[in-house]
Amino acid sequence: MSSSSDPSSKSAGKFSTKGFTETDNTQQPTTGRAPLVLNMHKFGEVTHQVCRVAENRPPMAWYIAFVICLSMLGFLGFCVTYLIFTGVGVWGLNNPVMWAYDITNFVFWVGIGHAGTLISAILFLFRQKWRTGINRFAEAMTIFAVVCAGLFPGIHVGRVWLAYWLFPIPNSMEMWPQFRSPLLWDVFAVSTYFTVSLVFWYVGMIPDLATLRDRAKGRFQQFAYGLASIGWRGSMRHWHRYEVAYLLLAALATPLVLSVHSVVSFDFAVSQVPGWHTTIFPPYFVAGAIFSGFAMVVSLAVPARQLFGLKDLITMRHLDNMNKIILLTGCMVGYAYSMEFFIAWYSGAMYEKFAFVNRAFGQYWWAYWIMVSCNVITPQLFWFKAVRTSIPLMFILSIFVNVGMWFERFVIIVTSLANDFLPSSWDQFVPTWVDIGTMVGAFGLFGTLFLLFCRYLPMIAIAEVKAVMPEANPHAEHAGHAGHHGDDHGAPSGAIPALREPRSAESSL
Amino acid sequence: MTTMSPNTKTSSDAPIGASLPVYGMMAEFETPAQIMEAAKKVHAAGYRFWDCHVPFPVHGLDKAMGIKRTILPLLVFGAGLTGTTVGFCLQAFTNAASFSVWALVWVSGYPFLISGKPLMSVPAWIPIIFELTILLSALSAVILMLVMNGLPRLSHPLLSNNRFRRATDDRFFIVIESRDPKYLRSKTEAFMKALGAKHVEAVEDR
Repeated sequence: MSSSSDPSSKSAGKFSTKGFTETDNTQQPTTGRAPLVLNMHKFGEVTHQVCRVAENRPPMAWYIAFVICLSMLGFLGFCVTYLIFTGVGVWGLNNPVMWAYDITNFVFWVGIGHAGTLISAILFLFRQKWRTGINRFAEAMTIFAVVCAGLFPGIHVGRVWLAYWLFPIPNSMEMWPQFRSPLLWDVFAVSTYFTVSLVFWYVGMIPDLATLRDRAKGRFQQFAYGLASIGWRGSMRHWHRYEVAYLLLAALATPLVLSVHSVVSFDFAVSQVPGWHTTIFPPYFVAGAIFSGFAMVVSLAVPARQLFGLKDLITMRHLDNMNKIILLTGCMVGYAYSMEFFIAWYSGAMYEKFAFVNRAFGQYWWAYWIMVSCNVITPQLFWFKAVRTSIPLMFILSIFVNVGMWFERFVIIVTSLANDFLPSSWDQFVPTWVDIGTMVGAFGLFGTLFLLFCRYLPMIAIAEVKAVMPEANPHAEHAGHAGHHGDDHGAPSGAIPALREPRSAESSL
Repeated sequence: MTTMSPNTKTSSDAPIGASLPVYGMMAEFETPAQIMEAAKKVHAAGYRFWDCHVPFPVHGLDKAMGIKRTILPLLVFGAGLTGTTVGFCLQAFTNAASFSVWALVWVSGYPFLISGKPLMSVPAWIPIIFELTILLSALSAVILMLVMNGLPRLSHPLLSNNRFRRATDDRFFIVIESRDPKYLRSKTEAFMKALGAKHVEAVEDR
């Protein structure tokens, strides 16, 4: 961090800095744009700031977190092995409640996995430049979340060794999957989403892997990063095709990210079960997915920027923006909850009405009210800027949202199944230790992968961050080049959308 | 060997490279604005085999270099249409096909009636048609981009140059290749020095 920055170029620091010591870039200045990179004016500083995380030994907290996550992952391995060798009876499933923790966790993790691609694709198309600080690890989070999600349908099929039946593979039985089933749509949607997200993440990372390769000291690092960066050398002819390909990927991933959770919701909405059979499900699920995904990004970004000293790149403005999205999607989710209730009453369908009254006041009333308080009430606190810019509060609220969204899926899945049409077949679901162990273990899998990512890969999109710095504008004048062009004023306006810092009157002359 | 006479035109800090063939001449710049100006001049001078190497895509540099827009989107569109077709045919064959070609070849998937619904239930196939369209488009966008860039590549003369390491960090390079018809070592070197480069050197073709 360069503490010696000349005061003339540091215009953003002049805002009121009440409450925290960092530079406040959460307010929009009257001219120009608020800076997205603080305290740094050289490209080399950004490179160093990000690369040193992967180059140096991580802080002690990393080792502690890694050991915890690794042991949780070990327990997941144990639970899954026990399940496969014994059968799905080790879970608390029973006759009406044939989906419970497994599918709850699946939907929960797929939902978490929506934020990364939303940030990298949709915010890219909307030219939201603040995405550059957070897109890399949000995308990584997406991929690891989808890995966790993929685990659950895989193991809940019972006979895991037959899971390949999900795919249209020619076989000696002359049988093919049933493509009219939403469950098969889900297989295609989630696997396509995983593949595209992985490719998107990797393509975005190639230039940064090349940076790590060029800085690497050890032979092994040079070889590994060299192999991973596939010979990238920053050629502008390459960048040209790269940018077109990246734009295409963003344009393709945008409908994809909206479709994935829609398809997941079809698993429920296409069935006849009261409480599932509603047309609001696709948009409602997508909003919920973005809601939970952003909450997870905040939950991870807050400790990560603290631990690895990335506060100048993941600034308060980034966190503030994410909290605004949580607020927006939280309102959508709240609207969906109330609209579900309204339609249940307005439809006049007896079973539908019962399903919703039973959700709120039946045997799982506690789960419903945890869901409402975490998802509808707590995000409303983000209306206040003091909350949106308070690190401890936003961290706690994001955890609340994660908890609430897990319960949302639990409520939808379990309450609808436990009390369906025929009261004589009603039953209650009680999780076993294997259910809980698998759920906890999935967090271990997620955490292990994420910690390894933080340790060995560029956590922040270095090249993209550099490109949104005001210094990256090729038409801007910089120190030592004053008077090179006479046409500084007006020339780049509009044509170059690069981010520019507000400039004082004398420097523009 | 003593017979190796010191080459008069080698750059100062690469004496070993004197005997190696030269890949090209490399000029180093410090800001995006400088390389933008320089690229315009190199383009105007009529060089063909040359390139800018930059740590991030400098906006407008591709235009200044005279790079034509890539046909990648068209190819990706074709791949997307292929995905659509594959998605439709896959489902039509596996779930609805049951016919013979002139009573000789029996074509049959697994037509399975559920609740009397039609076998050719195209609306129910849309999600998978959509997913396969996206999948093929996205994969082809990436693979074609890499292939067109000649990319999965394990070595390159530029990557052996120590100074060039900063091309992925904070420096901006222009490289004119020696295979360019207009390339003449002494003239190109003088031309690049006149562009206002911080440093100019020959890159060996290792």
